[in-house]
This record gives sequence, structure tokens and C-alpha cells, in this order.
Amino acid sequence: MSMDKMDTIVEIRNVSKSYRRGDHVLPVLTDITFDIAYGEFLAIMGPSGSGKSTLLNLIAGIDHVDSGSIVVGGEDITSLSETELAKWRAGNVGFIFQFYNLIPVLTAFENVDLPLHLTALSRTQRREHVEMALNMVNLLDRMDHYPGQLSGGEQQRVAIARAFVIDPAILVADEPTGDLDRKSAEDVLTLMDRLNKELGKTIVMVTHDPHAAEKAHLIRHLEKGVFNS
Amino acid sequence: MILPKMIMKNAFRRKVRTGLTILAIAIAILAFSLLRTVITTWYLGVEISSASRLITRNAVSMIFPLPLAYYDKIRHTSGVREVSYGNWFGGIYISEKNFFANFAVEPKNYLDLYPEIVLPENQKAEFFRDRRGFIAGRKLAERFGWHLGDIVTLKGTIYPGNWDFVLRGIYHGRDKNVDETQFIFRWDYLNEIVKKIYPSMANQVGFYMIGVTDSHLSADVAHEIDAMFKNSPAETLTETEKAFILGFISMTEAIVTVIRIVSLVVIVIILAVVANTMAMTTRERLGEYAVLKTIGYSGLQLATLILGESLVITFAGTLLGIALTFPVAKFFSSALGAYFPVFNVAPSTFLFDILAGFIVGIAAALIPTRQAIAIRIAEGLRRIG
Repeated sequence: MSMDKMDTIVEIRNVSKSYRRGDHVLPVLTDITFDIAYGEFLAIMGPSGSGKSTLLNLIAGIDHVDSGSIVVGGEDITSLSETELAKWRAGNVGFIFQFYNLIPVLTAFENVDLPLHLTALSRTQRREHVEMALNMVNLLDRMDHYPGQLSGGEQQRVAIARAFVIDPAILVADEPTGDLDRKSAEDVLTLMDRLNKELGKTIVMVTHDPHAAEKAHLIRHLEKGVFNS
Repeated sequence: MILPKMIMKNAFRRKVRTGLTILAIAIAILAFSLLRTVITTWYLGVEISSASRLITRNAVSMIFPLPLAYYDKIRHTSGVREVSYGNWFGGIYISEKNFFANFAVEPKNYLDLYPEIVLPENQKAEFFRDRRGFIAGRKLAERFGWHLGDIVTLKGTIYPGNWDFVLRGIYHGRDKNVDETQFIFRWDYLNEIVKKIYPSMANQVGFYMIGVTDSHLSADVAHEIDAMFKNSPAETLTETEKAFILGFISMTEAIVTVIRIVSLVVIVIILAVVANTMAMTTRERLGEYAVLKTIGYSGLQLATLILGESLVITFAGTLLGIALTFPVAKFFSSALGAYFPVFNVAPSTFLFDILAGFIVGIAAALIPTRQAIAIRIAEGLRRIG
């Protein structure tokens, strides 16, 4: 996925998504169209139920649109099968979750190493990548610790290392500071800012927190499934 | 590869639950092994029976005797190498609970016909010399603390009265499957007493044991013997030793069938235990599986994780069950020696254990695996929040 700085990395065209609850159809996103530029740090805000997490999931290829198309890095991900999507995600998207979602039986090193097992890298190359990623998040000295031995902020930094260790074109973050205290949240936001500025990672972040959103270059507000102009 | 590491760590993540599951599997495998051993023991006589030995009995029923006069005619039948004969005695030693097989035989040919009964030459000579002599299996002598020269009294049931015998030999089996709990005494001693007390029962034998020169001739020899006594007052039924023993076993076939069913029920119990554990495990980890799917792990890799964990737990229980089988079978052998003279766990039983463990491991993980593969990522991630 190579492209110039100002190229569009995500093209969303007329995307609609609804969920079925028994006999009721609940529209979540309605005819959404917008682009995200390469290297952008975008924050999507909105009240609960506005559809922001659904939109993030669609961009990340972990949910399917009802109609419309999403092209990420030139690949129309709405036309991919489940298996093709899994392969695409493995090489192109890094995820940062609100609750870190580390595997509790694996050490920090092993958690970061997890996505690299899906690549063709050798053991030595994997180790180099993992150590580099943990160094970037300042946790190299904690690499043998299990998630249960780390604070919330440290766990989220490990999760961020896991997200960017595969060098994805785009990072998606769903309320990355939602479960953290102010200090840890600040550390995480600073780290995301560095990833964007120093490594040029495109970041799409969903948040409720205006302070977190301030770190983004661009903030868009979603309400009842449509963007406020 | 990280998957084997995750399988091992996941399997023992909940130590108490996994430990109890492994223990339950081990107990079930132990029960399965013991039940299968009971069945193999039941058929042991068939297994070790010789293809070159025939048994001739009264065609009407075992309880009707045959004349001793048949001996010479059978002996001179073409293809017959050796003939012995005997009677079931059914004596009781002190109390009925001390049950063991006891019968009278013509001793010389009998010991030739049954080379699996190994007796030192000097003891054999003593047995042949003393008409009141008897030989006992090693386990039987140990059970009652008998020594050579001891006088042992049996209370007759078929032949009433107290019968005194002198222990002249202690045999051991040529291999571990030979019954070492038998009490064998001389038929001429039995006949001598019977002549005096019950003259009408004298010179009658319960069965003939016949060795043939070539096992391929068995069917022809059997046919010829039975033809020889056709239309006589005591018609004969001659069959191979295997068929003769199977005839006895068929009387208890219903019990064997019940044991077989119970052993299968045990497997179903293991399946239920492991399936329950795997269902709980998978339900708890749906969020983690969603995360792995998000990262790019495929359904096949998730299936490997769950099936692998199920197999690790099942095999740990199976191996523990097999390890427990040895001491427990030994205890059974000594405690129930009267009912199961030989109680050896066959190697095939362990193969069945492993096969059962494998099938259970796979079957128990099928539904949880399907559930983990089918879950939508967004749905799985919501479970974490």
C-alpha cells in the first residue's frame, strides 16, 4: 500500500448500515460519504448510539455494509470474502481497543508478536520488530510481564505496540483512553500523536472525550447515523 | 509457532477446573479399562484355548456323564494323539466364599495335553505316586497358605462327604494368562471312593479332553468320534476347546452385554464432562477469539486452538487413567482372584483408551469450535466491554 502523503487512503461512498432487533430494523448509518487522507489523524465524536463504533468497524473490515462501498488503500473491502478480509486485516489494519484486549496468558512480548506470526518474517526478524515496537512504547523492560502484571496504561501501550508492529497503513482506535486515568490517557494520546507524526500512520479514533479529540487534526461529529456538516 | 504455546497455557488457565476435568476423565478411563478387562478376562479361556484340543461331552447336557469305556475307542480314533478325562467335583473349602475351580482328571495324559501347566518333575512324580495327591495353582496355594504335604479337605457337593487330599505339587502358568487358581486331583481316587459309596456313578466321566495330531484334523476327528457313539445310550458332542468354552460363555452373554454397554456409557460420561468444560471455556473466551479474528487469525487457526486444548485435557486425563489402571488392576486381581483368576489388562485396552480419548477430545470441541468460528467480531468484542 504505497501512496503519496496527500492521497486518499479511505474512500467511503453512500454507506448505510442497520441492525435487526427481532422484527425491528434499526438504522445506524445512513448514506455516509467521506474520505480520509493518508497520514490523517481523524477523531470521530458523537453521543452513544450515533454509529461511530459501527463506522470504525466498517472501515477496519470487521463488519459488513448493507449498501455502499469502502475502499481502503485502493482495495474495495466491501467486496472481499470473510477469509480475504482476515488476510487483509492482518497486513493493513492495526486495532486499539478501549479495554486493551491483550491475551492474558501471553507476555507483553508474545502479545505484540501475535500478529507477526501471520507474516513470513523469521523468528529473528519478528524479535527485532517486537523489541522495536516495545521500545517505542517505552515498555521494553516489561516485555516478559503478563497483562495482569501491568497497569491499565501500560496494557494499552502494549496494545498500541501490537497494533503498529505489522506496520499497517491505518490504525483504528475505539475509545482508546476510555478506561484510563488522566495521566495514562495523556501518555497514550502522546504515543498516538508520535505514531502519526513520526511514522506517518493514518489514525481514525472514536472518542467521547473532547480532550482526546483535541490531539486529532480533524474532528467529525456523527449524530443519528449522519455527519453534522 | 505460537498456537501450541497458547493451547498449553489455555488448557491450564483455570487450574482447578482443568484439574477436576482431568481427574474425572482419569476415573472414567480407569473404569472403562477395568470393564474392558473384565470382558477380555471373560473371554480369556477362548483366547488361550488350543486349536489342537477337543472336548467330548454328553450330547444331551454337561450334567450327564459318559462311560469310561469310551476312552479306548476315542484313543484309537484316527488323528487322536492323546486322551485324558475328568469330572467337575464342585467341592467347597471350609466355606462357600472360598470358591475355586476343582476337578478330578486322569493325570498323566492331562499334564501332557496341557503343557501350559508347568510342574517341577519331582512334584509331578509325587502327584503320580500318591492317589490322594493334588496339585494347586501358585495363586491358590498362596491364597490359603498351603505347602507341599499339607492335607486339604474339601466338602463334596456333587459327591457328598469330606474328601481329604495331600498337596503334592504347586504349578505355575507358562505365561501370565494361565489360570493359577485351579485345584486338580486324581480321577482314580474319585472313582475309587464313588465305587464304594455310589456304585451306580462309578466309571463315569464328565468329559474327555482329546489332543489331535494336527489341528487341521480337528473337525474330522470330532465328526468321527460323534459318529462312533451315534444311537448309543450316551451320544457324544465333540467340539474344539474354543467352541466348548464359548458355549459356557454364551450362558452369561447377557452379563457381558451389560458390561459392554456400561463401558460405552462411561465414554459418553467423559464426553459430557469434557464438552461441558470446553463449552464453558469457549464462552469465556469468545472475546479473545474475536480479538484474534480481528488481528487476522483464521477460523482454522481458532479451531486448532480449541480442538488442541480439548485434546490436551483429554489426553492428560487418559494418560492419568492408564497410569492408575496398573495398580488398581493389580488390587482387583488380588481382591477378586476367586472370580477372576487372571486379571491382566491387555495392551489393546490401552489402545482403546487412547482412541476413546481422541474421539472424545474431538467430539467435545466440535460445537464450541463452531460457535467460536461463527461469532461475528463486533459481537465478540461487545462481550469484553
